[in-house]
Amino acid sequence: MIEIKDLHKSYKMGSNSLHVLKGINFTVDEGELVAIMGSSGSGKSTLLNILGMLDVADSGEYNLDNVPIKNMNETKAAQYRNKFLGFVFQSFNLINYKTALENVALPLYYQRVGRKERQEKALKYLDQVGLKEWAEHLPNELSGGQKQRVAIARAMAAEPKVLLADEPTGALDSTTSYEVMDLIQKINDQGNTILIVTHEQDIANMCKRIVHLKDGVIIEDKKIKQVRAQQYV
Amino acid sequence: MRSLFDRNTWQEIYGSISKNKTRTIITVIGVLWGIFIYIALSGAAKGLDNGFEKVFQTVSMNSMFVWGQSTSMPYDGFKNGRQMQLKLDNVTTIKNRIPEVQYIAPRINLGNFGSEPVLTVRGQKSGTYSINGDYPVYTKIATKGIFDGGRFINDEDIRQARKICVIGERNLKELFEEDENPIGAYIRIGDIYFQVVGVHKIATGVSFDSDSSIFIPFSTFRKLYNSGENVGYLCIAAYDDADVVQVETDIKALLKKIHRVDPKDERAFGSFNLGEAFSKVMGFAQGLTFLSLVVGVATILAGVIGIGNILLISVKERTKELGVRRALGATPREVRSQIIVESVFLTMIAGVMGIILGAGVLALINSLTQDIDMPYSNPTVPIPYVLGALAIMVIMGTLIGLIPAQRAVSIRPIDALREE
Repeated sequence: MIEIKDLHKSYKMGSNSLHVLKGINFTVDEGELVAIMGSSGSGKSTLLNILGMLDVADSGEYNLDNVPIKNMNETKAAQYRNKFLGFVFQSFNLINYKTALENVALPLYYQRVGRKERQEKALKYLDQVGLKEWAEHLPNELSGGQKQRVAIARAMAAEPKVLLADEPTGALDSTTSYEVMDLIQKINDQGNTILIVTHEQDIANMCKRIVHLKDGVIIEDKKIKQVRAQQYV
Repeated sequence: MRSLFDRNTWQEIYGSISKNKTRTIITVIGVLWGIFIYIALSGAAKGLDNGFEKVFQTVSMNSMFVWGQSTSMPYDGFKNGRQMQLKLDNVTTIKNRIPEVQYIAPRINLGNFGSEPVLTVRGQKSGTYSINGDYPVYTKIATKGIFDGGRFINDEDIRQARKICVIGERNLKELFEEDENPIGAYIRIGDIYFQVVGVHKIATGVSFDSDSSIFIPFSTFRKLYNSGENVGYLCIAAYDDADVVQVETDIKALLKKIHRVDPKDERAFGSFNLGEAFSKVMGFAQGLTFLSLVVGVATILAGVIGIGNILLISVKERTKELGVRRALGATPREVRSQIIVESVFLTMIAGVMGIILGAGVLALINSLTQDIDMPYSNPTVPIPYVLGALAIMVIMGTLIGLIPAQRAVSIRPIDALREE
């Protein structure tokens, strides 16, 4: 599903440049649930941004679902993001003047899905995250966990090939975190490919594979036995 | 641009502008005020323009009056202080020598300019009125509305020196019973009986005559008062394309030559150039229209710039939201068009509201000035002006919207999302 070969990325900070990714190689197969771990500054968020086509690598190859991702202009990148990727952010990033339902329907709007169908689909995904009754509520009327669940529903609504989550539990307490992880595991159980950036070991343990980043290189890549979040909820 | 007629587009726009209602309203007020000023000012200016037009409609706009005064310089063996008297043959000379003159009507009268008004009697009723000796051509210069059944003096009246008269509405009221038909009736003017052939209407606006002026044929006046070849004053209308000031100078120069007056003598002949006065007034009104146009457009511009400014702030505030939208698959083009449509939409809403408000104020002004004795009537703004203003607003709204729109897409989604 995802193939990365010798990925490099550096940021210019005034006169000196900061080499963040120093040759990353890894592949993700369909249906995997991968945790990308590392301390801050290890390059994990940069990697996720490149995977999410929000940022561009300096060199290296990136294939997403056998489509080479390179030399993209913004329009093309936007269309690919819309078609292939779902995003979940640490700070939820819901649009605060739109109801939960409208937020979930937004990627479908950019997919040119008709209004009625959009509403139905959005409601279906809201139902999946257990927030059907909250459809007409604005984000500020929801709790942190609920917001993240809406965000997950939004990421899922476009039926992406890969779900990218950047510290999805970073702003949540541990109980809520486990609820969200439970949801992510269930989505993964349905066969969706999910990548999670986290620095919390217990969250990473709930994935099926952990990729450890340090100073821009992968120092460890291992499959683990998944801890189900269900038992903590 | 996806579609302006797509309900979803409008929902997106409604969502983002209703997010901050206060700001939206204040923004809208900027443009609303601009177009309101534009409409109200240009309408008011047009009202003034119409008003002047109405005042002058009964009088030929290129007309002037010339009369004799006394000389102030000795010339050609004459002493100064010589009284000037216009003569009937001056009329023909002027008409022949100055081709710009379209009509020329000699007039003579009693009751104006210091002479005694004449006692006029009908049965038990009487009054003193001014009496004018006129030619039919006079009506070419100052339109006389005549009530049905009557007429003005005609050429045959002149030729035969008929004893007929045209009376005013006040004469009618004071000399006749109500409901009485004055046409064909006789009234005594001085010692002579005249048959009434017409009643002239009060002219609205500028008029050389009052509602109690009685017109009789020039030739009759001449016989009656033994005025010979004398003419009281000349009413002259130049052709529409003629330079009235030049015509006035030419006429006076010619008269000075005929009457053997020093060409430098400015006092010998008096004149009043209505055309010049009129063009000054109309120039003023036009200037006012132009000024209101400039002020209005500038105010609209200021308002639209205000919208651009607010949208710029709005884009800055919404950086994160726009980043999210782009992460979710909004193309730069979609983001850009959304902001431009927002800009145009706000501008249009404000514009339409401003036009309605402006029209309301104009209607109010109209109803307030209806019965007022002021050169002001029917303040309107021509439709092309309104459409023009709307077009300016759409264009400006788009152009101004481009700035924040460009700003919005120039921020990379990654930077937008990183911003806290």
